[in-house]
Amino acid sequence: MGAPARRRFISVLAGLAAAPLWPGRAARAQDDPFAPLLRKITGGATVNPGRVTVDTPRLADNGHSVPLKVSVVSPMTAADHVRSITLLSGRNPRPLIATFHLGPKAGRPEVATRVRLNGSQRVLAVAQLSDGSYWSGSAEVEVTESACLDAS
Amino acid sequence: MVARVQIPQQAKRGEVIEVRIAIQHPMETGFRFDLLGRAIPKNVINNLSVRYNGAEVFRAELGSGIAANPYVQFCTVAEASGEFVFEWMDDAGQRGAERASITISG
Repeated sequence: MGAPARRRFISVLAGLAAAPLWPGRAARAQDDPFAPLLRKITGGATVNPGRVTVDTPRLADNGHSVPLKVSVVSPMTAADHVRSITLLSGRNPRPLIATFHLGPKAGRPEVATRVRLNGSQRVLAVAQLSDGSYWSGSAEVEVTESACLDAS
Repeated sequence: MVARVQIPQQAKRGEVIEVRIAIQHPMETGFRFDLLGRAIPKNVINNLSVRYNGAEVFRAELGSGIAANPYVQFCTVAEASGEFVFEWMDDAGQRGAERASITISG
């Protein structure tokens, strides 16, 4: 092996070491998995971060049933209330988990349910207020045993 | 379809009460296969609505991301004695309903 060939070989090795093991996964982490669906839900309106809290165990033993609670900061009056809350999954084969429609009579903007999660992921909740603005909050859930929704 | 509904039996006027419902349903995702390798068709409860004395106070569109035997909890303001009516439907077109009554004091 001549010196140039060895140099080339070493540079290739260095490149391999620098590249992520699963480029797909790294790329997915960088661009927002929620963006296309969010556009569809909000019709292109901006989604502000904040006011929404997603409460869920940091570590879920089983993805088949993960307790999850969403609460929004809102006075819940006729003039200013939460119209709907949409739950999105970052990794499920069907990212739209559920939509809950509330009204001024809800009293407390709070919804709890149990969700299926196909592996560790971020769960996003988007709330639409009565003035038409969108707010979002999310929670990271570590799932030990996936719900294996996509039969893989 | 069997369901269990939980609301307080009594409440004060204007009090925020918690309403809970759990419905017995497999919430089939459509991604599973039976023992013979045939795909089990998707069948989830896709719609749940709750009316309080005739007026809708809560509605939910559910998907396969909701766990089997779906459980939903929300809040509402107790206004008058009366009845909560819960109605839902699954992908197979099966409907279910459940009622619960509440008495308002004060």
